[in-house]
Amino acid sequence: MSSNVKPTRGAPVKSVNLHIGEIEPGVPKVDPIIVADHVTRSFGGLTAVDVAHVEIPRNAITALIGPNGAGKTTFFNLLTGFDKPDTGRWTFLGKSLAGIPSFRVARLGQVRTFQLTKALNLLSVLDNMKLGAKGQKGENMFVALLPWLWRKQEEANEAKAMELLGRFKLDTKAEDYAASLSGGQRKLLEMARALMSDPTLVMLDEPMAGVNPALTQSLLDHILDLKTQGMTVLFVEHDMQMVRHIADWVIVMAEGKIVAEGPPDAVMSNPAVIDAYLGSHHDQDLGVDPHAEETMHALKELLDDEPSS
Amino acid sequence: MVDFWQIIQNAAVELISPTTAAYALAALGLAIHFGYTGLLNFGQAGFMAIGAYGYAISTLTLGFPVWGAVLVGVGGSIIFALILGIPTLRLRADYLAIVTIAASEILRLIFTTNSLDAVTGSADGLSAYKGGFAALNPFPKGTYGFGPFTMNEYDLWVRVVGWTLVILGGLLAWQLMRSPWGRVIKGIREDEDAVRALGKNVYFYKMQSLIIGGVFGTLGGMIFIMPRAVVPANYATTLTFFIYTILLLGGAATILGPIVGSMIFWVLLSAVSGFVARAQAVGWFPGMSSVQAGQTRFIIVGVVLMLLVIFRPQGIFGNKKELAFVK
Ligand SMILES: Nc1ncnc2c1ncn2[C@@H]1O[C@H](COP(=O)(O)OP(=O)(O)O)[C@@H](O)[C@H]1O
Ligand SMILES: [Mg+2]
Repeated sequence: MSSNVKPTRGAPVKSVNLHIGEIEPGVPKVDPIIVADHVTRSFGGLTAVDVAHVEIPRNAITALIGPNGAGKTTFFNLLTGFDKPDTGRWTFLGKSLAGIPSFRVARLGQVRTFQLTKALNLLSVLDNMKLGAKGQKGENMFVALLPWLWRKQEEANEAKAMELLGRFKLDTKAEDYAASLSGGQRKLLEMARALMSDPTLVMLDEPMAGVNPALTQSLLDHILDLKTQGMTVLFVEHDMQMVRHIADWVIVMAEGKIVAEGPPDAVMSNPAVIDAYLGSHHDQDLGVDPHAEETMHALKELLDDEPSS
Repeated sequence: MVDFWQIIQNAAVELISPTTAAYALAALGLAIHFGYTGLLNFGQAGFMAIGAYGYAISTLTLGFPVWGAVLVGVGGSIIFALILGIPTLRLRADYLAIVTIAASEILRLIFTTNSLDAVTGSADGLSAYKGGFAALNPFPKGTYGFGPFTMNEYDLWVRVVGWTLVILGGLLAWQLMRSPWGRVIKGIREDEDAVRALGKNVYFYKMQSLIIGGVFGTLGGMIFIMPRAVVPANYATTLTFFIYTILLLGGAATILGPIVGSMIFWVLLSAVSGFVARAQAVGWFPGMSSVQAGQTRFIIVGVVLMLLVIFRPQGIFGNKKELAFVK
C-alpha cells in the first residue's frame, strides 16, 4: 500500500493509506520524508515543542494544525534549521538534519515560507523570484564579473520565473517592487519564490493568512498542483475548511505535543482534537480566546458537515 | 571686497582633487556595505587608516616597492574585515556598528601611541613615502591644465591614478550589483532570513561585502595620503561620518551617488569656507574671529546638507520610489 495520486480536475484526489498500523500520534508512515524523534525546545520555563515521534508522508499534503501557541511555527523553525532544539534528531529523505544550518537545509530541497511574510521589498517581484533559483553561477563573486558565463542561466531562470508568476497571476507585476504588492500577493510571491528551487518538500506556515478570499481557491489549486508534480507539502493552517479540502493527512499539535493525527475526517471528529482546541483555554479565567472560539465554530460546522467530495 | 571669482576658482579645484577621489572611493565602499548589503560599518576611517599606514610603513620601514606597499595595505584591510566580521556578522546588525566604530578608534590610538613612534611616527605621523609613487610618473616635468586646474606633473599623476581608481571601482561595483551576486546582496539588506530560506550562505556573502567595501576604503586611504602626510588625527570617527554624509547626499544604493556626492561635498565645503573667511576678513561678520570663521564652514555645510536630505532624502541619484516603502 502506497500513496496513489492521480491528476484531476474538480475535487482533489486524496492520497490514502499513508500510514502503517493503528492510527495514533506518531504512527509510522509507509513512505516518510521526515522522521523526527524526541525534538524538544523550550523558551525559559515554557516548553514550546515536545514531539516524541512524528513522520511526514512523502508526496502527500500534510496539514499541521493546533491552537495559537501550540508550537507549530517553532517546530517549523527547528526542522528547517532556523532554530536549534534542546534535544532530538530528525531525518529528511533519510539524511540526518540536526545541526545543519538553514541555508543547507534549503539546498537539500526542503524549502519553507514564513508566517510573517518575507517579501524582499526593494527588489522587483522578478528579482525576488530569480533569487529563489538554485545553483546560480553568477552568485559567485568572481564569476559575477564575467556576465557571459551566467547570462544564459539567468535567461533560463527568468523564463521559469515568468512562467511561475503567470500561474500565480503576478506576471503583470514582475517589474514592480515587491513592496507594492498586497499582503495576499506577497504570500503568493513567497510561495512562488520557494518553488523556483524545485524543492522536494515545501513547508508553508499559514499560507492563507491575509489572502483575499478571491485568491484562496487559486492558492489551494497551486498547493494541490505541487503534489501532482511529485512534491511533498507540509502546511500550517487555521482554516479547517481548507484543511479538510486539500489535506491528505492532518497532524494536531497542542502545547508542544502531537495530540492526534490521521486523515482529515477522522481527526476532526476525534474528541482529543476538540479538547485540544478548547482544553488549553478552558481553565483560563481570562475568558476564551476569540481565535479559539472561531476555530471551534469552524470545527463544529465541519462535524455537522458531510464531506463534500 | 570679497573676491567671488577667487572663491569659485578655489572651489572648482576640489572638483577633481585627489582628496575628492579618495572620499569617493571610500564612499563607494560604504555604498557596498550600507547601501546595498545593509551592513552598518561605522569604521570606514579605520579601513582608510590601514591603507594609509599600510602603504607608508611598508615603504619607509620595510623598503617595499609601490606594488608591494599597495598589497600590504589591501591585505591588511582584508584581515581587518575578517577580524571585524567573523564574530559579528552572525549577530544582529547593530553589533557590527559597535565593533567597527570601536575597532577604528583602537587603530587610530595604536597609530598615535608613542611606544610605536619608530614605526608610526606617533602623533606627527609619517611623510617622505612618496618617492616610489612619483618615480612611476609617466608625465614629464612641467605645468599642466588651465585656469584653476593648473598643476605640476606630480599633482597630475595623483589625479590620474586617483580618478582611474574611482572609475574602475565604480565599474566593478556596478557590474557586481547587476549580477546574481548583487541580487543576493540586496536580498540580504531586505531580509536575511528570507535569503537563508532560499539556500544562500548569508554569512559568507556579508563577509565578502565587508571585505570589498573595506578594500575600496583602503584604496581611498592610499590616494588620500598622496598629496599630504599621514597624520593619525585625520582618521577619527568624523572621517567616517563625512563619508556617510557624502553617501547619503549622493544616494546610498547607487554607484554615481558616492562619486558625485564627494564632488559636491568638497566643492561646497571649499566655497563656504572661502566665502566665510574672506567675508570675515573684510568685516562682514562683526564680532566673529578668524578662528570662529574657520569653524563656521562646517555649520553652514551641515545646514545645507540637512536641507538636501530633508528635501531630497533619497539622495541625488537615489530612486524616489524606493523611499516610499522605507520602514
Ligand atoms: N523566540 C521565542 N522566545 C520565547 N518564546 C517563544 C519564542 N518563539 C515562540 N515562543 C513561544 O512558544 C510557543 C509556541 O509558539 P509558536 O511556535 O509560534 O506557536 P504557533 O505557531 O503554533 O502559534 C508560544 O507560547 C510562544 O509564545
Ligand atoms: Mg505560528
